[in-house]
Amino acid sequence: MTRGYWRRALPVYLMIVPGLLFFIVFKYIPMVGISIAFMAYSPFDGIGGSEWVGLRNFHRLFAEGDFLALLRNTLMLNLFDVLFFFPAPILVAVLLNEIKAKRFKAAVQTILYAPNFISWVVIVGITILLFATGSGGINQLLAGWGFERIELMTDPSYFRWVWLLQNVWQGAGWGAIIFLAALAAVDPLLYEAAAIDGANRWRMLWHIALPALRNVIVVLLILRMGHVMDLGFEHIFLLQNSMNLDVSEVFETFVYKVGMTQGDYSYSTAVGLFKSIVGLIMVLFVNRLAKQTGQEGVF
Amino acid sequence: MRVRASGADRAFAIVVYGLVLAASALALFPLFYVLAISFSTETEYLTRGFYLLPRTFTLEGYLYLMSHPGFMSALRNSVSISVVGTLLNITLTTLMAYGLSKTWLRGRKTLNFVVFFTLLFSGGIIPTYLVVQTLGLLNSFWAVWLTSAVSAFNAIVMRSFFQSVPKELEESARIDGSGEWLLLIRIIVPLSLPAIATFTLFYLAQNWNTYFSAILYLDNDQMPLQVFLKQMLVEDDPSISNASSVAYPYTPAARMSAIVLTALPLLLIFPFLQRYFNQGVMLGAVKG
Repeated sequence: MTRGYWRRALPVYLMIVPGLLFFIVFKYIPMVGISIAFMAYSPFDGIGGSEWVGLRNFHRLFAEGDFLALLRNTLMLNLFDVLFFFPAPILVAVLLNEIKAKRFKAAVQTILYAPNFISWVVIVGITILLFATGSGGINQLLAGWGFERIELMTDPSYFRWVWLLQNVWQGAGWGAIIFLAALAAVDPLLYEAAAIDGANRWRMLWHIALPALRNVIVVLLILRMGHVMDLGFEHIFLLQNSMNLDVSEVFETFVYKVGMTQGDYSYSTAVGLFKSIVGLIMVLFVNRLAKQTGQEGVF
Repeated sequence: MRVRASGADRAFAIVVYGLVLAASALALFPLFYVLAISFSTETEYLTRGFYLLPRTFTLEGYLYLMSHPGFMSALRNSVSISVVGTLLNITLTTLMAYGLSKTWLRGRKTLNFVVFFTLLFSGGIIPTYLVVQTLGLLNSFWAVWLTSAVSAFNAIVMRSFFQSVPKELEESARIDGSGEWLLLIRIIVPLSLPAIATFTLFYLAQNWNTYFSAILYLDNDQMPLQVFLKQMLVEDDPSISNASSVAYPYTPAARMSAIVLTALPLLLIFPFLQRYFNQGVMLGAVKG
């Protein structure tokens, strides 16, 4: 165990060290830095010299009018996401799974995976160009058909739908991969047996394909619940403008603005900590719930 | 014994193919629109409304960008961030994942948890920013490279991939007397090239599309393409910034060409690795 073990293990530990250093320096030291959430941090005094203020920053968060708006916006976007985005990759996977022509299927997959590699800046940019009130392609099309031009990017009532549909456009194809893998694992004999029993393709879909996806769906829903507070900073930040802030401000963008734009490090960190803790509690809770109802859970 | 397609099955096929074609059209049309405008003259763009095939042809937009110092510098910055960043990502991730795949390693469980926990909880923007600042990395590409050096998720998936490599290979190599480094470089890496290439692509996409860490950590002249493009498309757009009196500084062709050049590299690369996406490389991830 000793000499022989270390001769064998030392190189392996050395391989792990660089990555481990990254996690310690850029993931765990910041966790210690969360302590500034309980301070009135001033960059001049540093962490050692700043005054401790207990829970004052948290009181401020719950007392200020911002909180309810942030909570409402975050919950609404989550609701949109789980109701309308979550099923999209499942549908794509089920459809792709029914296509038997190999070349055609691969071509469709390339097309549907492509948006995953396109950045939010580009997606938001294309949307702005397509819907530019004067010259945008879609608005010209609408005007040509006699409809009113829509102020897609600045009318706050469109914000959640724009966010949702851009998510679907970017992620529905890519998200299907994991469900496709689960469908590929289905025993082909099941389909043959069903065919002999006279089942048509609709019934096979309902009784074979969908049940095969149940475990993956549960696991992904659990993981999704852990991300109630992470809706994707970049995407929302890029869609924000002075006219839609009432519906588009969420905890993530608020943390950024308070911290980086207003320079209030302590308050920003406090809001960030609140966000992380809610996320953590959600994962643990949903994971336990899944285990109690007889599912496997994630960890 | 081919069963004759029933009416229900035919309806099923029509629905499936119809939906798949509709989804493909929806995925493609914004990209074709951009491509079409990038080759159009401004007159055609302003007068023709919506179209996917330009009648005019001009390279004006692309030529304009080639001689635009801001765009070219952003392009160079993106290349630096992506090339060095991705090399660092894949090297650290492969080493760490391979190391952690050794089931006989003492302390392995703790180390695995150290990686996994960062998926559940994070210090947040400001505490991370303060670490970067304290290390003197602000206004340097190192801030971007180092703060995203390893993705915990990718490391975990890659670890379970390495665990599925047959143990006999390892045993036979050990009899030959090679150490772990030789084993990794001579046997494991060549065997795992598809997986490594796939993760390289994922990291490359992440680095090429990086926006947030650039605006957090970098100086104005270090900004990558995504930040330049955001300025060009969003901030300078009169309809968004509410500054309708200001004349728009870029032609439609220039804006669309910038989108094409920013999105194209990844779109050209990923199809070559597509067949590996489906091979369950990702499924292991779900099980944690």
